[in-house]
Amino acid sequence: MSSAETSAHHDEHHGPATGLKRWLYATNHKDIGTMYLMFSLLMFFIGGSMALVIRSELLTPGLQFVHPEFFNQMTTMHALIMVFGAVMPAFVGFANWMIPMMIGAPDMALPRMNNWSFWILPVAFGILLSTLFLPGGAPAGGWTMYPPLVLQTGDAFPFLIFSVHLMGLSSIMGAINIIVTIVNMRAPSMTLLAMPMFVWTWLITAYLLIAVMPVLAGAVTMLLTDQFFGTSFFLAAGGGDPVMFQHIFWFFGHPEVYIMILPAFGVVSEIIPTFSRKALFGHDSMVYAASSIAFLSFIVWAHHMFTVGMPLTGQLFFMFATLLIAVPTGVKVFNWVATMWRGAMTFETPMLFSLAFVFLFTIGGFSGLMLAIIPADIQYHDSYFVVAHFHYVLVPGSIFGLFAATYYWLPKWTGHMYNEPLGKVHFWLSAIFVNITFFPMHFLGLAGMPRRIPDYSTQFADFNWIASVGSFGFGLSQILFVYVVYQCIRGKGETATSKVWDNPKGLEWTVPSPAPYHTFAEPPDVSEGAAFS
Amino acid sequence: MIRKMSLCVPGLMAAGNASAEWAVNMPVGVTALSAETFALHMQVFYWCCAIAVVVFGFMIYSLINHRKSLGGKPAGFSHSMTAEIVWTVIPIVILLIMAVPSAETLIKLEDGRKSDITVVVTGYQWKWHYEYKGEDVSFYSSLARTSVDARRKNSGIDPFTVDNYLLDVDNRMVVPVGAKVRILLTSNDVIHSWWVPDFAIKKDAVPGFMNETWFRVEEPGIYRGQCAELCGKDHGYMPVVVEAVAPDAFQEWLAAQKRDVDELAAR
Repeated sequence: MSSAETSAHHDEHHGPATGLKRWLYATNHKDIGTMYLMFSLLMFFIGGSMALVIRSELLTPGLQFVHPEFFNQMTTMHALIMVFGAVMPAFVGFANWMIPMMIGAPDMALPRMNNWSFWILPVAFGILLSTLFLPGGAPAGGWTMYPPLVLQTGDAFPFLIFSVHLMGLSSIMGAINIIVTIVNMRAPSMTLLAMPMFVWTWLITAYLLIAVMPVLAGAVTMLLTDQFFGTSFFLAAGGGDPVMFQHIFWFFGHPEVYIMILPAFGVVSEIIPTFSRKALFGHDSMVYAASSIAFLSFIVWAHHMFTVGMPLTGQLFFMFATLLIAVPTGVKVFNWVATMWRGAMTFETPMLFSLAFVFLFTIGGFSGLMLAIIPADIQYHDSYFVVAHFHYVLVPGSIFGLFAATYYWLPKWTGHMYNEPLGKVHFWLSAIFVNITFFPMHFLGLAGMPRRIPDYSTQFADFNWIASVGSFGFGLSQILFVYVVYQCIRGKGETATSKVWDNPKGLEWTVPSPAPYHTFAEPPDVSEGAAFS
Repeated sequence: MIRKMSLCVPGLMAAGNASAEWAVNMPVGVTALSAETFALHMQVFYWCCAIAVVVFGFMIYSLINHRKSLGGKPAGFSHSMTAEIVWTVIPIVILLIMAVPSAETLIKLEDGRKSDITVVVTGYQWKWHYEYKGEDVSFYSSLARTSVDARRKNSGIDPFTVDNYLLDVDNRMVVPVGAKVRILLTSNDVIHSWWVPDFAIKKDAVPGFMNETWFRVEEPGIYRGQCAELCGKDHGYMPVVVEAVAPDAFQEWLAAQKRDVDELAAR
């Protein structure tokens, strides 16, 4: 029997299971996608609360609320939660929901492994968050876990290592699933270059994940053995080198940041054409640019380490390679603008977030370019200038990409429109407050304020106050997002059509809204004239 | 609009020797290389401004004029090899223009030869140690007492009443103006980083390894920086303070340091 016949046969027999079993034993890509998204939203608020603890302490000079040890736990955990618990799982949630539909596949290639990829995460984060309640508290050596400092972590240390291993396992299994699905289960005659950009960026991201998550696993295992089993990988007294950890970590860490942004590039490349009513400009060029970025991401890692005492030749190489990444990134920005150019634009909430993404991610890109210039980086490194840079690319970058994707596809998932005026309010509040929060950090860094300090000299007071106020505004605005999503899921808006928007391209818009539990039991016809970018 | 304007406002600011509270720019500093660093920073910043004006200019024009509400039909074009080539080549050229002077300055920064004095700096949790090579002068440099008292949680002391809050130490590193000072940097425990913004130098202090950096101060004065690598709970409380004095004042200071040591030893 062909697989198409088998799935059609099953389709008539059952919808989703009921109760807890539906979720615990889920193998349906839509259900698993939903779980990833709900989980990441929870993590976003937990990580966000930690940011608010940080910004409360930094509101004025002097130490008012927390001890420095706890402050360091907050900065460390805020980053770990946001990177591994919010941004990455959210994009995996979108991958699960959308990739099968976008390529005309009935589900992911490995549905049971998919289940494990998700369920590992609550365990991993339960372990990590539990360290807040241990004597000595949570890890406080930075999300970058540099030795020897990280080896001064108390009881939380093995919890940290174990949870990082679990998160890595989840990502690797998810990435394998995505590659196998995309490579093997596309509708017949959907060539690779005919795939939508979101699928392309996820294919590339999945290869990055498989390449680098094992490297992180190796790095933290070496920390573990240095701590407990008498090795000296990173301990000079035993012949090791603390800087080697930094090389290994950032060999993972740099591709990691592209792992966090490439799917957002994909989302924006879906949304801007829809709301410009014009095909994505330079689709093939966009594929090559994304691939170039991914390749280059492997050879720039030491730009996170320009002050460690690297030989001159090494510094020069990494400076030139880092500057080079600006080229394909710029190409993408120009292509998005060219897509808008002479289109017929409307500004629904997904488009607003996508446009803000292009503006503000570009600003983050500019500070990145400045950071590449080594003599200048000597001044920027480990200062708030870096904090400004990476928050610009992560918040109005990745997070706005996630918001845009949510608003864009929510009606497809739920069958109802979300509240458009409220969505716009969420957008404007987020866009304004994100700038109030992070733009002053450029100035703080330039003025000489280091990172990861709980208190600061009085000349830094004014911009810190502004940033803290902005952060509270941003944080509170996200409650509105939860409300909008919740109301949409409950079915409060008008019924959505299968197309939802004005003639969007893509197979997901050919199925009804809400998308049936099983879609594309039969592969669709994607020959000339069918609907995709 | 606001986003674009806010990007260019700092460009209008003079070099960072203006009022400290609202400082929006890096200091020009007091060494020849800090001035070169500042110049590189401004150069790349102006390039970013220029690119922003062009890119955001097109975007804003498009957002205003290419709206569906204005009635026009969307154009049909979706690719252009010429455009792709142009907007790949032009950025490469711009990057080359930035890369060359950067490499030149970097090469100078890395040249620690022919120094006049050498100071071995050791990072500790949470203070610095300075040892003047060949002079038998060494001491610890810790956060000043006034800051130590005020920094405590809910200390009741307003930081604004403390001079150089968190940027003052009990024993400053003293160097002669005009001399090439070579710093040999290491750590006793975890990784720290020695940063003086006015010299535009920052180098990590790595336990078990020796790093090198150098500076030549052109102006007498007191220059303050902070540890720039997370090193534990008091990472924010181990500042770097360097005082540059006339060469004869430096010799007097050295002599006084040795006298103090002799007196202590004699007791």
